[in-house]
Amino acid sequence: MTALLEVDDLHVAYGGIQALRGVSFAVDEGQVVTLIGANGAGKTTTLRAISGLVKPTRGNVRFAGKSLLGVAPHRIVARGLSHAPEGRGIFANLSVEENLDIGAYLRTDKAGVAKDREHALTLFPRLRERLQQNAGTLSGGEQQMLAIARALLARPRLLLLDEPSLGLAPQIVALIFQIVKQIAKEGTTILLVEQNAHMALKVADVGHVLEVGTLVTSGPAAALAADDAIRKAYLGVH
Amino acid sequence: MTKFVQLLLQTLTLGSLYALIALGYTLVYGILRFINFAHSDVVTFGAWIAFAIAGALGWASTGSPVFAMPVVMVLAMAASAALGFTIERLAYRPLRKAPRLNVLITAIGVSLLLQNAGQLQALFGKDPVKMPRLLSEAPLFKLAGVQVPWVDVVLVVLTIALVIALQWLVFRTKLGQAMRAVSWSEQTAALMGVPVDKVVSITFMIGSALAAAGGVLYGLKYRQLNQTADALWMLLGLKAFVAAVVGGIGNVRGAVLGAVLIAFIEVFGAGYVSSKMPDLFVFGVLIVMLLFRPAGLLGTPTVEKV
Repeated sequence: MTALLEVDDLHVAYGGIQALRGVSFAVDEGQVVTLIGANGAGKTTTLRAISGLVKPTRGNVRFAGKSLLGVAPHRIVARGLSHAPEGRGIFANLSVEENLDIGAYLRTDKAGVAKDREHALTLFPRLRERLQQNAGTLSGGEQQMLAIARALLARPRLLLLDEPSLGLAPQIVALIFQIVKQIAKEGTTILLVEQNAHMALKVADVGHVLEVGTLVTSGPAAALAADDAIRKAYLGVH
Repeated sequence: MTKFVQLLLQTLTLGSLYALIALGYTLVYGILRFINFAHSDVVTFGAWIAFAIAGALGWASTGSPVFAMPVVMVLAMAASAALGFTIERLAYRPLRKAPRLNVLITAIGVSLLLQNAGQLQALFGKDPVKMPRLLSEAPLFKLAGVQVPWVDVVLVVLTIALVIALQWLVFRTKLGQAMRAVSWSEQTAALMGVPVDKVVSITFMIGSALAAAGGVLYGLKYRQLNQTADALWMLLGLKAFVAAVVGGIGNVRGAVLGAVLIAFIEVFGAGYVSSKMPDLFVFGVLIVMLLFRPAGLLGTPTVEKV
């Protein structure tokens, strides 16, 4: 069986700066895989390269066996890959409802969309209360919930989550991770990028540690969480 | 009273022209955050191509059929939409990720190209022409002693219809939703599956078609079409641009409001204050607006990210 997502020797450069220097990993169907690392390690860049927002200088990305290189971002979405960008990546000039609508932009099965929308609103009941509100008026946590709900409306095979905990209070982070866990349990494969290694390793099956553009450690999430070096560097345990 | 009604009518017609043109500036700015300096040349093109189409269809002399005006209008709008599409595709799209200044300078280049190419003998030539009368000369009705000609009514009614249609498109359709999403963030819109390039192309086509409607109606009302590089066209575009800025650039309703306001100040300033310097009033309003409410009447203040 081949993996759902295969990232192979990925290199990305911004101008003269190498952001990724040969990153390789795979995500199997049904798994939750997390990339953890410090600010600037290249976590977001990895996601952006997968969803086509930046062009890799070398390496390859394959999704369901087919290369994504040179495929426009909106066509990658059509293949079943949905990317919830970090924090404020919602459309603040649209209502909450319109944000959800646009998440299902490529879908034509109205009944299916209505069902998924209902399900997303069950996962995030706070959004239901705010459907008509301008998304820009939501709190940080609600905006993050909207970003995830919107990504789910594409009914993705693989969900890319970029730093869902960014800038949020601990209770909200706990709430959001609980929902991420629920989404995974319902069968969506997730690639999660996080600075909050503690939370990420709790929900993930497999973890990778990214440092200045390269993967330094990989393994089962539980093993990483127990690893002394990782505990010191990323989990704030001394 | 007669004078007042006359000025009011002028305000409405001029305001309608400005609105049609201002919408193109505001749509393109809204979606790409860039001022399309070649927009006024699309207005000029729209007027001239309408003249050419009317001639080719044999409606240059008087006595053209009733459907002449709608046919010429639709064809001119379609031709201008094609021009807008081509400009975006060839000149602006390759620079989508370049600094905005580069695009701005390119727009000025496109503008100069259109102005000068238009004067080629093979295109529109160097001499002014008279737009054929495609509408009845008889006044449609009389209001407080003022004769209201057909062209004025057509101008205002058509503008209102187009503005309502545009408003519906932007706020009530899936395409409009995509346009507003792209306006907020091209990249995030792409992540939702929105084909950004296509949405930008369509936006240019809509803006250019509206510009052509403005150009054709200008021709029908004022009859004389100056050569394509004439400063008069530039001034027309510039005032519509001022209207878009005063209303809050990027805002559809603001463009219409700004257009009516600018026309009001220009017409009533000339009518009651001094007829020698209507432009002074227009640009005076721009300066006052930029000083006290730089985001415009309906615009929302934004903080530029550094």
